[in-house]
Amino acid sequence: MSRAVVTGLGVAAPTGLGVERYWAATIAGHRGIRRLTRFDPSSYPAGLAGEIEGFDAAEHLPSRLLPQTDRMTRIALVSADWALADAGVRPEELAEYDGSVITASHSGGFEFGQNELRALWNRGGQYVSAYQSFAWFYAVNSGQISIRNGLRGPCSVVVSDTAGGLDALAQARREIRRGTRLVISGAVDASLCPWGWVAQLAGGRLSTADDPAGAYLPFDARARGHVPGEGGALLVIEDERHAVERSAPRIYGEIAGHASTMDPAPGVDRPPGLRRAIELALDDAGLAPPEIDVVFADAAGLPDLDRAEADAINQVFGAGGVPVTAPKTATGRLYSGAGPLDVAAALLALRDGVIPPTIGSSPAADYALDLVTRTRAVPLRAALVLARGVGGFNSAVVVRPFDPGTDRATRNRVTGTE
Amino acid sequence: MPTVFTLDDLRRILREGSGETDDLDGDILDLEFESLGYESLALLETTSRIEREFGVVLDDEAVAGAATPRALVELVNTQLVAAPQAG
Amino acid sequence: MSPARRRVVITGVGVLAPGGVGVKNFWQLLADGRTATRRISLFDPSPFRSQVAAEVDFDPELAGLSPQQVRRMDRAAQFAVVAAREAVADSGLEFAALAAERTGVTIGTAVGATMGLDQEYRTVSDGGRLDLVDHTYAVPHLYGYLVPSSFATEVAWAVGAEGPCTVVSTGCTSGLDAVGHAAQVLREGAAEVMVAGATDAPISPITVACFDAIKATTPRNDDPQHASRPFDASRNGFVLGEGAAVFVLEELTSAQRRGARIYAEVAGHASRSNAFHMTGLRPDGREMAEAIRVALDEARVAGTDVDYINAHGSGTKQNDRHETAAFKRSLGEHAYRTPVSSIKSMVGHSLGAIGSIEIAASVLALTNDVVPPTANLHTADPECDLDYVPLTARDHRVDVVLSVGSGFGGFQSAMVLTDPFRWRA
Repeated sequence: MSRAVVTGLGVAAPTGLGVERYWAATIAGHRGIRRLTRFDPSSYPAGLAGEIEGFDAAEHLPSRLLPQTDRMTRIALVSADWALADAGVRPEELAEYDGSVITASHSGGFEFGQNELRALWNRGGQYVSAYQSFAWFYAVNSGQISIRNGLRGPCSVVVSDTAGGLDALAQARREIRRGTRLVISGAVDASLCPWGWVAQLAGGRLSTADDPAGAYLPFDARARGHVPGEGGALLVIEDERHAVERSAPRIYGEIAGHASTMDPAPGVDRPPGLRRAIELALDDAGLAPPEIDVVFADAAGLPDLDRAEADAINQVFGAGGVPVTAPKTATGRLYSGAGPLDVAAALLALRDGVIPPTIGSSPAADYALDLVTRTRAVPLRAALVLARGVGGFNSAVVVRPFDPGTDRATRNRVTGTE
Repeated sequence: MPTVFTLDDLRRILREGSGETDDLDGDILDLEFESLGYESLALLETTSRIEREFGVVLDDEAVAGAATPRALVELVNTQLVAAPQAG
Repeated sequence: MSPARRRVVITGVGVLAPGGVGVKNFWQLLADGRTATRRISLFDPSPFRSQVAAEVDFDPELAGLSPQQVRRMDRAAQFAVVAAREAVADSGLEFAALAAERTGVTIGTAVGATMGLDQEYRTVSDGGRLDLVDHTYAVPHLYGYLVPSSFATEVAWAVGAEGPCTVVSTGCTSGLDAVGHAAQVLREGAAEVMVAGATDAPISPITVACFDAIKATTPRNDDPQHASRPFDASRNGFVLGEGAAVFVLEELTSAQRRGARIYAEVAGHASRSNAFHMTGLRPDGREMAEAIRVALDEARVAGTDVDYINAHGSGTKQNDRHETAAFKRSLGEHAYRTPVSSIKSMVGHSLGAIGSIEIAASVLALTNDVVPPTANLHTADPECDLDYVPLTARDHRVDVVLSVGSGFGGFQSAMVLTDPFRWRA
């Protein structure tokens, strides 16, 4: 079975636009969380978010696209451009159905939808935009990225709350195994608008702290919820043979394993599903727990959920048996974007032999985790990325460096390109 | 409510509702919308904005038949004359 | 040598469609060629251009949902849970005895909890007056409306699934793609049973307004019963619908071992994108034809083996020509000999749900050897020159069905369903 490798990264995060800026800020432990500027949050109990600064869509996209796109779609289109450039791919050179787009969505173009709902209820149906029929819906990013880049292979969209971004990568790998050569996959989300904020507040998981340094503290005794953010990552995922044949500039690593599970319904006396997701993803990758050198945690930042995640990790790896980190403490939780951004971070960690820190948290001893709170240099053989979603979704992805194997022609072509 | 619809009105509404294209400030009267980069959706948005702002109702088929800015400007003005709005 | 491919079959069907709750009522409507389109009753449609829709007469508590389920779920989630329960009961599987970890869920939806979001926005914005909407008026389950993966959660809870669960949202091909996704999960061995289908309940002011804005829906308000007119020369837009269909999918040999009723095999599924336009279609049908080709190939079925095509047939000018071209491009002369019909003429276009509702119609065509008709088709568009089975259902042996969908975003999907016993048994 052909392996799915990552050859390009497009990152947009509150801590930096572009892979290297994001990574430098992440390693340095910079925080991208602040008081909301997009709207005045003073009437709401929560007011902190990870906002992307300095993104001017008009610099990157044709004017014609702007009236028909939500902010998250604009960021996604530009992230896709960056991912393709990073991979050295010109999509027009792909054979007709060889490329596709598979993204995850959380709440669609919610800010666009807010504006059109306001137009409808405040002024009347005739004020609703001709672009509303697709600008807000969950499939919009896959559709727009497909159109912009002429990618006509099997495109798709998955939604599994914050776990969805990892499920999209799994779907991309599935289509690569079925014959697609290249997939732009991952997720970018943004719903930092009053209507999105109110809907997130209703979920009951937002931190109401005022101090950015003390608001999102997973695995800390002071944990009190999370700070949401906007952004995410889009990855160029390729059939390894395609990447090698075209002499891709770099192969960050392989999507080696994935599994997703569901927690039992409330009141059902059965164990939660995260441990199974981890074990199944390791099985899928053909790796044993000692071969995983770092875990990128979901890091909900609520005591019960942190406890469940620490238990699952410790049941598989032993108490304190593996370094655990949550660089999303610097960006806030980016919903569907969180998982793919963590996969990008994990691939960069593998590349550089460095574990990025969890910032702000003082790990509570009773979680018995080796929580990495200062950047740690250490050779890494494989990383596990976890994501969970409201409603019981658990998803796990294993990434490891690409091993060109024993085939000499392949090996020479890969090593000759770096 | 305005009583005349000009090419500049059309330019402004295209920009606001559908975004800029390179040639919009040039001599566009007899160029087809398609070649200017405005497809059917952009024209629906444009028509809807014209209807709201100028208080006219434009027939779907007549709009579909107006392939150039000149034809659309004429169509709107015909409606403005035919159905003057109070106030 | 790779091991024999795992074959995926449908062993349970649940449908909740306009004109009738339950599989039996649904099939009766189609077989009679009756239409379930009417003037919108869910809200006052007078201010809107298009005022007709195909609505489901649905009382959630009568349909078996608890008061708490009714309170927390959007109408689309309620549809999905009710249809899933019917499918599970129909399958004869003892879900309590199944390994929960080996049971998964894939639910398709195009527009999620649009109806709930529309209503709640109106409240928290005080009728659109407040820009900074008021959180103190928000309902506690608003987060479940925000993210439609809550639909997969509700179905998983209802059937006790703890395996891979997700929502697939590819616009109007969601219903085909969700079932295709579930079949893939089964083939990979990540689950033994998948509960898969799609739901949408989009008949709300915001959805009606957004389709008005692009004149995609019909303004034929004076004659709602005949408003959905796929392939007819007088068609002028689709009729919005709502509903859900959910299936139990499992691997063929394990279904046989337990003596299950096997409706059909999900033999092939493929999707391609046109990378052309978010709402427009190129007239040549090229990408849909490619999806059809790949789906047939996966099913190991030749184009000439197709006995019935369940069309997307939305009733917009461009769609019906687009897919007619796609059928000719993929099936050649055989397209002219194959009955093609659109059940949207009867149950409307329920966006993401309709793909699954059309799978249900296809499965019932296979098991009954009856092709449902295209209602309201009196004078075909000269550019739509295939056999669209006008007005009346037709007795016709059906072993292989092709069902297709086309959606905003450029998605084009095709599914091949076969009778696994009669078709190259």
